[in-house]
Amino acid sequence: MPWSQYFFLIMALALKELLALLRDKTSRFVLIGPPVAQLLVFGYAATYDLNNISIALYNEDKGAASRELVSHIIGSPNINSLYTIEHESEIRTLLDNKNVLLVLHINSEFSADITQGKTAKVQLLLDGRNSNTAMIALNYMREIILQLNQQWSDLNHSQGPPAIIESRAWYNENLQSRWFIITGIIGLLTLVVTLIVTALSVAREREQGTFDQLLVTPVHPAFILVGKALPGLLIGLIQGSLIILLAVLWFEIPLRGSLIALYLGLFLFLLSAVGVGLMISAICVTQQQAVLGAFLFLVPAVILSGFATPIANMPDAVQLLTYTDPLRYFLIIVRSVFMEGVGVELLWPQYWPMAIIALLSLVMAAWLFRHRMY
Amino acid sequence: MTKSASLQRLSGLIRKESLQIMRDPSSIAIAFILPIVLLFLFGYGVSLDARDIPIGIVVEQPDAATQSLSGSFEQSDYFSPVYFQTIQQAEKSLEQSKIQGIIWLKNDFARHLLSHKQAVIAVRVNGVNSNQANLMLGYIQGTWLAWLTRFASVQGIKLDMAIQLEHRVWYNAAVSSRLFLVPGLVAIIMTLIGSLLTALVVAREWDRGTMEALLVTPLHNHEFIAGKLIPYFVLGMTSLVVTVALAIGIFDVPFIGSFWLLILTGALFMLVSLAIGLLISIASKNQFVAGQIAIVISFLPAFILSGFIFDINSMPLAIQMITHIVPARYFVAILQTLFLAGDIWPVVIANVAALLFLLIIFSLLVAKKTRKSLE
Repeated sequence: MPWSQYFFLIMALALKELLALLRDKTSRFVLIGPPVAQLLVFGYAATYDLNNISIALYNEDKGAASRELVSHIIGSPNINSLYTIEHESEIRTLLDNKNVLLVLHINSEFSADITQGKTAKVQLLLDGRNSNTAMIALNYMREIILQLNQQWSDLNHSQGPPAIIESRAWYNENLQSRWFIITGIIGLLTLVVTLIVTALSVAREREQGTFDQLLVTPVHPAFILVGKALPGLLIGLIQGSLIILLAVLWFEIPLRGSLIALYLGLFLFLLSAVGVGLMISAICVTQQQAVLGAFLFLVPAVILSGFATPIANMPDAVQLLTYTDPLRYFLIIVRSVFMEGVGVELLWPQYWPMAIIALLSLVMAAWLFRHRMY
Repeated sequence: MTKSASLQRLSGLIRKESLQIMRDPSSIAIAFILPIVLLFLFGYGVSLDARDIPIGIVVEQPDAATQSLSGSFEQSDYFSPVYFQTIQQAEKSLEQSKIQGIIWLKNDFARHLLSHKQAVIAVRVNGVNSNQANLMLGYIQGTWLAWLTRFASVQGIKLDMAIQLEHRVWYNAAVSSRLFLVPGLVAIIMTLIGSLLTALVVAREWDRGTMEALLVTPLHNHEFIAGKLIPYFVLGMTSLVVTVALAIGIFDVPFIGSFWLLILTGALFMLVSLAIGLLISIASKNQFVAGQIAIVISFLPAFILSGFIFDINSMPLAIQMITHIVPARYFVAILQTLFLAGDIWPVVIANVAALLFLLIIFSLLVAKKTRKSLE
């Protein structure tokens, strides 16, 4: 067969595949609607920042210094609702019932200590049911107290503590967790859609019995594989681009690096997602198995990718496991292209593992096409 | 019609459903393997608490004071310091993500420290993961404060700090993220079984046309629903017990509340999840669509909108409204409270009331939809 004929053959297969997917109105909607809705909802919802901290004040001191401390706390932007406690017994109830995240206890000697030039101690009690939130809130309160300390030292013309910290964050200068989460969602949503689309492709034909017919046609399984892979690749590419566009235009996340580096990463990532999807599809006999199989891969892949919790915090054995996860590499690429502004040359350590995963899974899928027949 | 005939029909349907679950490897995988994988990943694998953060230290002019400061970082569990000769080398390492932050003591540090000028500890952190960067800045600040206090007492100088903050963390004194992630996971696993698996299995009956066959049998509407749901209910409750047992037994998560309250609230949550799963399957009648919708409206929200990881109070108001129709939100609150704080009745009652309300709403919707689809 001449090459042009191969080309038409693959195109015909891919077109048939796309039509099978897009013919149904609900399927069409499911491909576009939910991902965009998820990006918007989760883009706003998934934040580690605290901007509505509800606190309770237990002020036993009636002096001017404590009043200044209280007004300083009330004036800070991220503190929202404020309870005033009169008796110590209320502390437990407020924390227990989740009415407040923290209680600040100023004891009766506070102002006296300050006037005498002693270091006055204040107590902070935090609800640790979500330890991450508790630590962020603690940092926030520390910052407020440090600011006030500095203000008072300046006012008294004393020099303050002998050493101070001046910190600066690189790449995400204001430490907005949205930058981190949205760049993660780009990888997450692209993976979900591509995987489900490809996982269903062979399983659908198996369930309807048309796959056997396809296998007995004079088309080599490799072409069937390419024909099945193309639609997933195409849909993933369109969807990925749409989400990247929204991340830049709607969420205003700076895209500092090169688009080539990003799209090379996206292409290899989609290739490995398609490979895994087709492998799942080749193993499964029904569509339900395919959806569940895709899901079975997705959940650990997302958890191990560093999407929400850093890979560095995992135990060594689990860290080794993350090297088999294509999403791990793609998230590093997206985040470093967006925030750190790197180009292709620094990302090779991320590109080649994805290429290997793609190659292995596609070969495996082609083999399974032929050897899994019943 | 007699009662026993109805019972017979019901048990027949339950038997069929149970066999269908047990014979399909994929539903076994979702009901048994995925929960165990999730539990071990969250129990052992992921953590929000950083330990041994690689951090670069640059000391331009070493002396006793800088040594005591860098010693404080070495002794801290949070850091594993690497020393660099120049700031350029350290910054290069930060760019390559070999270290997560830099502590930079310039050559005037010791001079300023001992004279009456403030010495500056310059800190650079990689902000890509903002949460970890924030936590790291907190640990750096804690190390600095502890060092300052020690330094002042060794030098015999008065520390010019008006207020010092002492803190105590309740319910989770070790400040371990595992202690709140593992209890929350119970809600995720039950959502998985209640909504995703149920939605798929019932949608399959429509896909394959066996639903019509089922509908022409003398089964009543309520018998049909009960027969469909009872096996999944049992499955969900089993997973609840197993997950909680593993959480307490293997992952050392304390359980302070009472067990019967956990079972009761768990059963209530399971019913709500099942109602949602059934609703999805009836509304979509197609496995592909049912699977996608179940993931989008039940599984992902249970992860992201439930307070499992992300704080609900910090979300924009519009999103906070949406979280109110996510049943996992209420069960996660109950779980975290029962595990770590005990039977706090105001928390339990408020969340149970919300779950009951959702159960009524979703059951009414299911009843309405089934009647329609039967006609």
